[in-house]
Amino acid sequence: MSQHGTDVLTLDNVESVYGESVLALQGVSLTVPRGSIVALLGANGAGKSTTLKAISNLLGVSRGRVIRGDISWAGKSILGLDPARVVRQGIVQVLEGRHCFAHLTVEENLASGGFLRRPGRRELRRDADRIYDWFPRLKQKRHTRAGLLSGGEQQMVAIGRALMAKPILMLLDEPSMGLAPMIVEEIFDIIQQLNRDEGVTFLLAEQNANLVLHYADHGFVLENGRVVTSGAAETLRQSQDFMAYYFGDGGQAAIPA
Amino acid sequence: MLFLVNIIVAGLLAGLMYALVAIGFVLIYKASGVFNFAQGAMVLLSALTFVTLNEHGLPFWLCFIITVGVLIVASVLIEFLVLRPLVNRSPDTLFMATLGLSFVIEGLAQLVLGTDVHQLDLGIPDVPLKLYGLQVSDFDLFTAAVSILLVAVLALLFGKTRVGISLRAVADNTLAAQSIGIRLPHIWRIVWSVAGVVALIAGLLWGNRQGVQFSLSLVVLKAMPVLIIGGFSSIPGAIVGGLIVGATENLADIYIGPLVHGAVSDWFAYILATAFLLIRPNGLFGEKPIQRV
Repeated sequence: MSQHGTDVLTLDNVESVYGESVLALQGVSLTVPRGSIVALLGANGAGKSTTLKAISNLLGVSRGRVIRGDISWAGKSILGLDPARVVRQGIVQVLEGRHCFAHLTVEENLASGGFLRRPGRRELRRDADRIYDWFPRLKQKRHTRAGLLSGGEQQMVAIGRALMAKPILMLLDEPSMGLAPMIVEEIFDIIQQLNRDEGVTFLLAEQNANLVLHYADHGFVLENGRVVTSGAAETLRQSQDFMAYYFGDGGQAAIPA
Repeated sequence: MLFLVNIIVAGLLAGLMYALVAIGFVLIYKASGVFNFAQGAMVLLSALTFVTLNEHGLPFWLCFIITVGVLIVASVLIEFLVLRPLVNRSPDTLFMATLGLSFVIEGLAQLVLGTDVHQLDLGIPDVPLKLYGLQVSDFDLFTAAVSILLVAVLALLFGKTRVGISLRAVADNTLAAQSIGIRLPHIWRIVWSVAGVVALIAGLLWGNRQGVQFSLSLVVLKAMPVLIIGGFSSIPGAIVGGLIVGATENLADIYIGPLVHGAVSDWFAYILATAFLLIRPNGLFGEKPIQRV
């Protein structure tokens, strides 16, 4: 099976609106090759979250919809597919702000991510144990309600829950939001390992360009709902003008050692 | 003293009947954040279906199974015709839809099944026995046992099963539930069906006591204060709220009634509920409101 070089996800000139009139995406085109980590960069309101939600088709919940263009997955259009069907095809989104089930325990949160595959009791147990291998600190807190965990642990629960669906592509929205730099690094290291060892493809929306370009293979920069720049992560990182222009230099401090 | 205890016990037992109705509301509120005004109509529909089948000579157990079947079909239809077109709308919109739905269900039920008052006899004597000086009937004890069993079954369903965890997940965070592939329509069909079965149980017990007729759908009005006091999102809250309403209603009737020269039990619960709204708007057991979209 060819791991690299095949484009699994393609967005072709996608336009979307919220409500009746607010144009959120104004023709976004991008591709995500299988087995890669792709970064989606941009300031607040640039359209990163909207792009991810257009793919997972969770736009409807915030009364948004795609009005033009196409989104295809492994050669087939997934535009307008029921969100559950999108998950079934192997695309799972981890929402901005983590969105754990606050009143459910860590264990229940993880289990809920696996239900879609209808695994047996023992298989579900085994899958959850694998998540604990990735995130050992969740294991001690398995019977704690997720709402009582720290922000970093909640992000781990959210990622673990998504992993339970055994995704081919994971859409991660602002995984570093509101987290301490050390935790962020821990989470990104795990993302990198998941990519390398399990072959999970990632599309990451991040404001912290320096950080994410350190881990990503490729980056797309969004501004006002359009892709304004794209390229290999290394190239983007070294293009100082671009970094200064879009992000200032506030992000420099977050470069992992 | 014994007189007082008797009043309270009688009130508590009546309160359990309120709680049974209130639980149906809690189920749907938990899963979709909507106050389902049509729950009273479901009580009427279920009791009317049951009693009509029973009058045609079918045995109890068969009537029960067929009625449950009718309620599941109704739930599937409601999801498809009412809830699905309104998905992603505000809870207010959905509330108005359930208000309309209650008229449709009441109308259809009476159109098909008639408007006669039916006697429903579950065969459990409702004659007060002297039990250590307490006035309690077999039917009261039966109601109490059914309530406890129902709560136990629901607790097991929600606590342990996959459907239960999915259900709580949807109640907790609808968007996140969708993001991991939980299908809302599926959950709604299940919740409405379970609420339908709860409505059937409430309908049978209420019907046994006061006959099966249109006024059964007005039990909604009894459930309202129970829900405000106990909290809209808690099953134990519904039980405790029901007990509080039942007991205070009875006490008020005896001790305040004579002072105002009339029955107070019809409105006293609302006074109590209003006080709760001022002091503890989420009710005794209600979770802090979760913003839903």
